[in-house]
Amino acid sequence: MTAPVLAVEEIGKSFKGFRAVERASFTVDAGELLALIGPNGAGKTTTFNMINGQLLPDHGHVRLGGEDVTGWPPRALWRAGVARTFQITQTFASMSVAENLLVAILSRQKSAGLLAAAGNAHADEVQTRLAEVGMAHAADTLCSVLAYGDLKRVELAIALVDDPRLLLMDEPTAGMAARERGALMRLVAERARQRRTAVLFTEHDMDVVFGHADRVVVMNRGRLIAEGTPEEVRASPIVREIYLGGEAISAVGGGGI
Amino acid sequence: MIASFLIQTLNGLASASLLFLVALGLTLIFGVTRVVNFAHGSFFMLGAYMAVSFHELVGGGLLGFWGGAVIAALAVGVVGALIEITILRRIYRAPELLQLITTFGVVLVLKDVVLYTWGPEDILGPRAPGLAGAMWIFGKPIPQYDLLLLVLGPLVGLVVWLLLTRTDWGTRVRAATEDRDMAAALGINQALMFTGVFALGALLAGLAGALALPREPANHNMDLTIIADVFVVTVVGGLGSLPGAYVAAVIISVVKAWCIGIGDVRLFGTVFSFSKLTLVAEFIVMAIVLIIRPWGLFGTPQAAQRVAAASILPMPVPDMKRWWPLGLLMLALVALPLIVDRFTVVLVTDIIIFALFAASLGLIMGIGGMASFGHAAYFGAGAYAAAVAFKAGASFVVAIPTGVAFAAALAVLFGWFCVRLSGVSLAMLTLAFAQITWAIAFQWDSVTGGSNGLVGIWPPELLSSKSAYYFATLLLAGAAILLIWRSVHAPLGFLLRAGRDSRIRAEAVGIDVRIVQWRAIILAGSAAGLAGALYVFSKGSLSPDLLSIPRSVDALAMVLIGGVQTLVGPVVGAVVFITLQDWIVRATPYWHAVLGITLILITIIFPQGIVGTLRQWRQRRESAP
Repeated sequence: MTAPVLAVEEIGKSFKGFRAVERASFTVDAGELLALIGPNGAGKTTTFNMINGQLLPDHGHVRLGGEDVTGWPPRALWRAGVARTFQITQTFASMSVAENLLVAILSRQKSAGLLAAAGNAHADEVQTRLAEVGMAHAADTLCSVLAYGDLKRVELAIALVDDPRLLLMDEPTAGMAARERGALMRLVAERARQRRTAVLFTEHDMDVVFGHADRVVVMNRGRLIAEGTPEEVRASPIVREIYLGGEAISAVGGGGI
Repeated sequence: MIASFLIQTLNGLASASLLFLVALGLTLIFGVTRVVNFAHGSFFMLGAYMAVSFHELVGGGLLGFWGGAVIAALAVGVVGALIEITILRRIYRAPELLQLITTFGVVLVLKDVVLYTWGPEDILGPRAPGLAGAMWIFGKPIPQYDLLLLVLGPLVGLVVWLLLTRTDWGTRVRAATEDRDMAAALGINQALMFTGVFALGALLAGLAGALALPREPANHNMDLTIIADVFVVTVVGGLGSLPGAYVAAVIISVVKAWCIGIGDVRLFGTVFSFSKLTLVAEFIVMAIVLIIRPWGLFGTPQAAQRVAAASILPMPVPDMKRWWPLGLLMLALVALPLIVDRFTVVLVTDIIIFALFAASLGLIMGIGGMASFGHAAYFGAGAYAAAVAFKAGASFVVAIPTGVAFAAALAVLFGWFCVRLSGVSLAMLTLAFAQITWAIAFQWDSVTGGSNGLVGIWPPELLSSKSAYYFATLLLAGAAILLIWRSVHAPLGFLLRAGRDSRIRAEAVGIDVRIVQWRAIILAGSAAGLAGALYVFSKGSLSPDLLSIPRSVDALAMVLIGGVQTLVGPVVGAVVFITLQDWIVRATPYWHAVLGITLILITIIFPQGIVGTLRQWRQRRESAP
């Protein structure tokens, strides 16, 4: 059996004595959409940032196709086939949609040239990539004037430009209208099936989670407490306890089903 | 030996007290208003001059000296309050680079105010009455006044600390430092507090200036000399940290004092003058701290600076159909010497050289988003290397590339540090680098000619006429400008803009933003070096003035006047700037004040510069129905 695309092994992180994440382990396979959920303060973001290279775990390992990539900086992870989108969309605001993709393509070269005009070299590839997310019509529009939903698509196109093995999405539908959410996630799911991309995403919106995830991992107070198919998780008494009853809901408020 | 070290340590601690007072004021103001006040050194200078005047008015004695110090401090505090109300208030929401330039405008204006009021000569200040003598420690003399200063600095620091921790006003100031918006939401009168804090900071600098009088005469270089030192202290100690300011002031001053104390040492048969190494020592201390703790000894890591989306302008790829104006301009430039007189040819040669200088700064500042207050370091380095090579027997053809190569090497060194910082810390670091380069040129008599500089650096026979040299400049500088423009639309330029627009996105798609920025700094440094090398051969001589901070600010002014983040902006800015300078310098001796007011007005009213503003107007016209 081959190694899973992403294997998180017993990772943990403390901030000034507060244990944000304790010994969390899970895997994501090729072509699979895994949702990481939990109430606010559960440790989702910390876990996510240890995987994408923004935080160094205190202990444990992050493996990519079996290779230990713990503590690699974001740009090294990108070269190893890990792409990501941000909770607050990050694109290059002074550039057009096409130029945004061009930058991601240009980063493949080890050294950036001085003389060659960058614009024309990759025009076809840029168009193809934009068409995949349905944004080809907006190639020459400036990112700074795009609607938020369209900007999310552009960011997705940037992330997918090198056909990553693993796509990390931090709250991919935050700030979007309900109708747009479904469309974006369908796009991601389709892509995962076609290209065998592994997708890990954190999410607050339960419609999105139960509608699109293949598997769900639930965190609470820094620990992994449940894992399974959306149906299993939805039926789990512990998960119901966290989201609907007990102290968690009064302590944190948000994140309801 | 131990005794001499002790004496030098005490001497260093006395200097540290003055440095600390100025740094303390800067840090207080930054904490509350988030503005790095470039004019803080000017307040220091103003304090010294005012104390001199009070002393002349009242005569000597205790009242003359100490009364003078107090009155000068208070007066500078009032000046500070007035400046805050008239100027600073208008820029609190502006990008930090613009804030720095606005306050530099204040520096230029105050420089000319001092020149107008007190004249160009250095003025010897009063000695502290009763403290003019020396105390003998281990058989060595130490001025009594130094011992007083040594205590006075920490004492004033303590008073400020008590003010901040034991009074209602102080509590409010600390609340505003922690969270400006929250403090405002709690009903704290912000406008009044900002003015108060600014006045207090200015007062501290003014007091330090008055207290510095027994050690140095009031002079016109006080402002920039002290601000460069204070910036180093702030970078080392950590921006916004009160204990950091003191510890860093002590480290820097004591290390400097030791260097002077060691004096000349024989090492491996050559005499090594440590007393001339004071600025290099300062640089090494700063470098070590930056490598270990980029945010300073007592500072906290700053959140990644994000450029406000609204301040980013697009960079359209030039439309080939609209290239005919450039062609026409080229034609006009080639025909120029046939049409105009010799003086105009020299003026246009200057303009072309400074257009290259400005375009190189525009690359790292506008496209790269890295503020540089020390770009003259590369210009001067290119000029000096070319001149020194020429004096050593190299021909023009060898000297020019030598200048470029040396400037590039300097950019490799400085750039390595620069890409580790961002925002205001970066601006302060570049300024400190330039000041150090200036000091080396100033002190290294045997190679650079010291304050006199070097003369007799002329191009070969073939290029000796003004028109011939004009063509050579047009060819070399023109090619370099086109290369810079080209690089903006080449992969390097795209990756550079990507790092500026969103650093985390850039890193997340595999771009090593630091390496890209470093390469841009090296390219810009080389181009500025070429400009410097061409400049020295057009003038025939050079002096450390080429490396001075005002020279760096000239470049900033050109970029701003033309428009940051536009391709042709810096070049247009150079044309306007040099033409205006040529005209105004002949009309009035107060060119600095005119330039300063221009900078203040531009940063407040037209932050996009000429080209940026024109483009906005055109876009607005086009988008209007």
